[in-house]
Amino acid sequence: MITFPWITTLTAVPLFGALTVLALGGRNKVLARWTALLFSLISLVLTLILWHSFSTVADGYQFQELHRWIPSLNVDYRVGIDGLGLLMLLLSCIVVPIGMLASWHIEKRVPLYFSLMLVLQSCLFGTFTALNFFHWFIFWELSLVPAFFLIKLWGGPNSAKAAMQFLIYTMVGSVAMLMSFLAIYLATKTFDLTELGQLAQNDKLMPAVIGELGWHLFTPHHTAMVIFLGAFLGFAVKVPLLPFHTWLPSAYSEAPSGTTILLTGAMSKMGLYGFLRILLPLFGAQMQQILTPLLWLAVATVIFSAYAALAQTDLKRIFAYSSINHLGYCLLGIFAVVKITGGDATLTAQKYAAMNGVFLQMFNHGLTAATLFWFVAMLEQRTGGLRGLNDFGGLRKVIPVFTGLMGITIFSSLGLPGLNGFIGEFLIFEGTFPLVTWAAALSVLGLMITAIFFLGTLQRVFYGPLEENWAHLPDLTLSERLALIPTIGLMFTLGLYPQFILGVINHTAIQMALQLRNF
Amino acid sequence: MNWIVRNLWLVPVLPLLAAGISALAKRKSRAMAASLAIGSMAISFLLSVWAFAHVLLLRSNGQATQQVFNFRWFQFGNEWLSLGWILNPLTAVMLVMVTFVGMLIFIYSVGYMEHDDNFTRFFCFLALFASAMLGVVIANNLLLLFMCWEIVGLTSYLLIGFWYEKPSAAAASKKAFITTRIGDLPFFLGIVWLYAQSGTLLFYNNGAGCLESTSINHLLTQPTPLGFCSATGIALLVFCGAIGKSGQFPLHVWLPDAMEGPTPVSALIHAATMVAAGVFLVARVYPLMSAHSGIATELTTSTALQAVTWIGAITALFGAVIAVAQFDIKRILAYSTVSQLGYMMMGLGVGGVAVGMFHLITHAFFKSLLFLGAGSVIHGCSGEQDIRRMGGLRKLMPFTFATYTVGMLALCGFPFFFSGFWSKDEILHAAHSWNISQAPYYMGAFAALLTAFYMSRQMFYIFGGKSRLTESSEGHSHSPVSPDHSSHHGSNSPHESPKVMTVPLMLLAPVALLLGFFGTPAWPWFQSFLDATQLAVDFGALSEGSMLPVMLSSSVIVLLGLGIGWWIYGRRPIKSAEAPDNLGKLSPPLFTFLGHAFYVDALYGATVINLNTQLSKISDWLDRWIWNGAVKTVTNIVLGLAHLDNFLDTHVVNSGFDEGCQSVSRSGQILSLLQAGRIQGYLKIVAGAGIAFTLLLLWKAKI
Repeated sequence: MITFPWITTLTAVPLFGALTVLALGGRNKVLARWTALLFSLISLVLTLILWHSFSTVADGYQFQELHRWIPSLNVDYRVGIDGLGLLMLLLSCIVVPIGMLASWHIEKRVPLYFSLMLVLQSCLFGTFTALNFFHWFIFWELSLVPAFFLIKLWGGPNSAKAAMQFLIYTMVGSVAMLMSFLAIYLATKTFDLTELGQLAQNDKLMPAVIGELGWHLFTPHHTAMVIFLGAFLGFAVKVPLLPFHTWLPSAYSEAPSGTTILLTGAMSKMGLYGFLRILLPLFGAQMQQILTPLLWLAVATVIFSAYAALAQTDLKRIFAYSSINHLGYCLLGIFAVVKITGGDATLTAQKYAAMNGVFLQMFNHGLTAATLFWFVAMLEQRTGGLRGLNDFGGLRKVIPVFTGLMGITIFSSLGLPGLNGFIGEFLIFEGTFPLVTWAAALSVLGLMITAIFFLGTLQRVFYGPLEENWAHLPDLTLSERLALIPTIGLMFTLGLYPQFILGVINHTAIQMALQLRNF
Repeated sequence: MNWIVRNLWLVPVLPLLAAGISALAKRKSRAMAASLAIGSMAISFLLSVWAFAHVLLLRSNGQATQQVFNFRWFQFGNEWLSLGWILNPLTAVMLVMVTFVGMLIFIYSVGYMEHDDNFTRFFCFLALFASAMLGVVIANNLLLLFMCWEIVGLTSYLLIGFWYEKPSAAAASKKAFITTRIGDLPFFLGIVWLYAQSGTLLFYNNGAGCLESTSINHLLTQPTPLGFCSATGIALLVFCGAIGKSGQFPLHVWLPDAMEGPTPVSALIHAATMVAAGVFLVARVYPLMSAHSGIATELTTSTALQAVTWIGAITALFGAVIAVAQFDIKRILAYSTVSQLGYMMMGLGVGGVAVGMFHLITHAFFKSLLFLGAGSVIHGCSGEQDIRRMGGLRKLMPFTFATYTVGMLALCGFPFFFSGFWSKDEILHAAHSWNISQAPYYMGAFAALLTAFYMSRQMFYIFGGKSRLTESSEGHSHSPVSPDHSSHHGSNSPHESPKVMTVPLMLLAPVALLLGFFGTPAWPWFQSFLDATQLAVDFGALSEGSMLPVMLSSSVIVLLGLGIGWWIYGRRPIKSAEAPDNLGKLSPPLFTFLGHAFYVDALYGATVINLNTQLSKISDWLDRWIWNGAVKTVTNIVLGLAHLDNFLDTHVVNSGFDEGCQSVSRSGQILSLLQAGRIQGYLKIVAGAGIAFTLLLLWKAKI
């Protein structure tokens, strides 16, 4: 069956765009910006075509492409998407243009900046569509390169250090993951994620690996656990999960805001995607064995990051910690789904709820966090880079429209019903509560603290008497308002009619929950 | 199905549309925003009356008075989450009350907010509030109710902080949102718990709803680790939401501060409707609250309802005691609201839905009347809110005085002719015959005495004697925005408010007066309407059992309270704004203690808020030193080992071997490159990892 290679085309478009930007826009900044935006919008259109022709009831992957690549190693080039992959593609296509628009006023090495963003987009597409670990890992690692340079070259005063930290952390995680997968490969002679998943489901994966490795000092149980923890570390750093998160606040706050948008909006989803696509099918049994510590880590992530956000005074650091907090709910949901429930039909239904909630929350967090940082970018551009809570006060008087729209985004982030954040959180809690009651009950505290620091932010920046320095701060321009309409509109649409996303992901969510060993 | 049942959604959606349009409108389109809001409310009011009439019609035909309309919202797993709305007597009564009071307050606001720059925004928020509140009322799904409930909280936040330049208003709005959210989170858990147990959040769905007997009986059989059944657990969690929203002790602290908002907001949201939403919630989920599995279900009260009763009784007394020692006209009313909401809760606990709801409805009318009257007073006194500086307004503001008196007597429960008498008496009567304890009755009765006392105190301060406004007009400072301003009037002397403000007062006053007659023991129309029981005129009911003694004693209590008020404040006119309070003179420390509302705020500041701050500092510290420190330590150890390795390689191991075999010291070299901070170095790692990876594969593939 030869059909049009939609996914390869989609992955290639931004890469081609990056080269075009470099070739065309050598001197012309305006041209470079618009060309880059154009290419990212072409990707959006392609993704919407995929969205349109995607079947919401079909099992397995769609738009698959399969080519023999390195026969001697049994490595195939295999791509395809299910509901989750499609959702992440859409999210990337929304986040990247936002990142570009938020970077519109960067004046330094413009063509390089925008082409790196496009390269990053390409890596995102590659990661979200690869079905073979081999090229999945290449895209996963490759994405670090543009991200590293974007942080280092265009970031704040401490960006070199932050970029370093970002790189080393993720590299250590990746190396650990690579080791685990080499061990798996040596035992199974395959990198195909579906095949590996089937082996794991039939309980053949780990015995094979243990047999191959033959670590006699370790029990088989411990060997399997070491292999799992290696892979786990790679994703845990990326998401991040406490205590592997300390790279994040400095990376997010030192990066230029447009890059932060990509980091939080799309790249943090790579980690969660890895949890769902790779860890759950391959290592479900190992996760079940250490479920309680994992849940504690998720709960700690939710609560500590919320409290840490409360202690910050830099807007970007606040939103960075809030990002960790929001992703913590996703991890909570994922871990809850792993729980062994036996044949209880009610609890299985709760797993579907939690799984759908996780997917939805991933999308919602991407959209909302990207928009939040976009507002920070617009504020920085007006204030010459100032973004401390104590630098402002009473801004609502001079920039009412800015305040209103940013207020909507903040309330979306704290989960106000009617906006996008609520349904995802509701589904996660609705599923998690019956599965692991204590974890859900504790995590609710995170929702509380979130409200406190977000409202504190609103109060200190926008309320109270006007700081005289800002008496002439310009409100949003017409073009900024127009650019914001789609994102804010999407927040309302998702809040009121979540079915248009749930309809696409539900089938995948059910399958993912069902593939877990459950006895 | 009747047209009005199918289209009941229009009632909340019309104000929502009005809010949406005026949100997009320019700041200058004041007339449009106001007329949209008032117009949409008027239509909603008419639709509500229609819905009410429809329920009445069904009732007179002897048909079931409860109709629901459910629809699918979204799917997850194999099930759909359905939402829906419900029309039953409870909905109908609330709809008419909210739309009628809301409409009058909207009209009043046109006058009150006339000179505000953000007039358009104000009506946008008001309309959004009305929409969400009506959503709470018609929701047939606990999740939908919760969603509207949260949006109500948002609008309350926006409107309390409407004069956002005032730091106190900004702080009060945040406090309100966060305090109510403290209650909302257990509520949220209650919702997910209920969903997990009963598989639906629809209240009524042809026998499959979560409030219908199948589901309730199921909940009663599900044990929890804590000993009680899940029905009780869920009911208590849901009640936490009501505690937050309805300003019940111990989450009452936000409500007095909420008076920072414009007075129409206080009247509508923080007296008549939103704060009553908690009471309404308990009434709505009453089958859940009252469910219990004891043998003699008729004779005992469920744990949840006992909690409701006690919290209500404590709040009723607590609010009334504090109100005695306040000087701000709106704060007196705010504490009075806290106290009255406690009454309603107590009524629900001891007497049932009709008892609590009757007081909710009468209170909504007389308290919004009082607040609007207070607004008129403030407006007339150029923004003054301190009752010590008022006085003599009886002659200067005759309409306000007359209507305020009606509201005040209704609140006190003045015997026989005022609505508050009948609704409050019913609660006291039910409390008197409660099977658990007599204490709530005595607490309620004492609170009634205090109510009569603090209201007469307020009346004498505001309307009695001579005006004390001018004597210290320089002394008090107001916020830069001067919220309740009227400096434009030129003169500083008190004056009657414009028609647009007094007419709503005159419309509310007769309702506050007469509404009580719909629920007397002799003709309990309201009760039979809500409980769907037979109605009969029976004057004999007045003298049955303990009815007459309770009624007489509460009459005596009211008269006594008013009498004490007159004795302390009315006998001799208050002469000076600086004079100490007559009651305060009796025991200054106690009076100060009450004036500061038992220092609950300070207590929370020292405990909960302080703990929160400390936790955030600890989290930040952990982040900087422990988590990051651990990582740094590991890095340093690895680097140290690498250096050691490097050293050994260079100096110990044969140098020729060293040159030939780089791989032995690869870790040292890579890590030292990292430390050198060269980009090429990092890229080499990436490339190197890739190469090593490929080589390994090729090597392995050959084998």
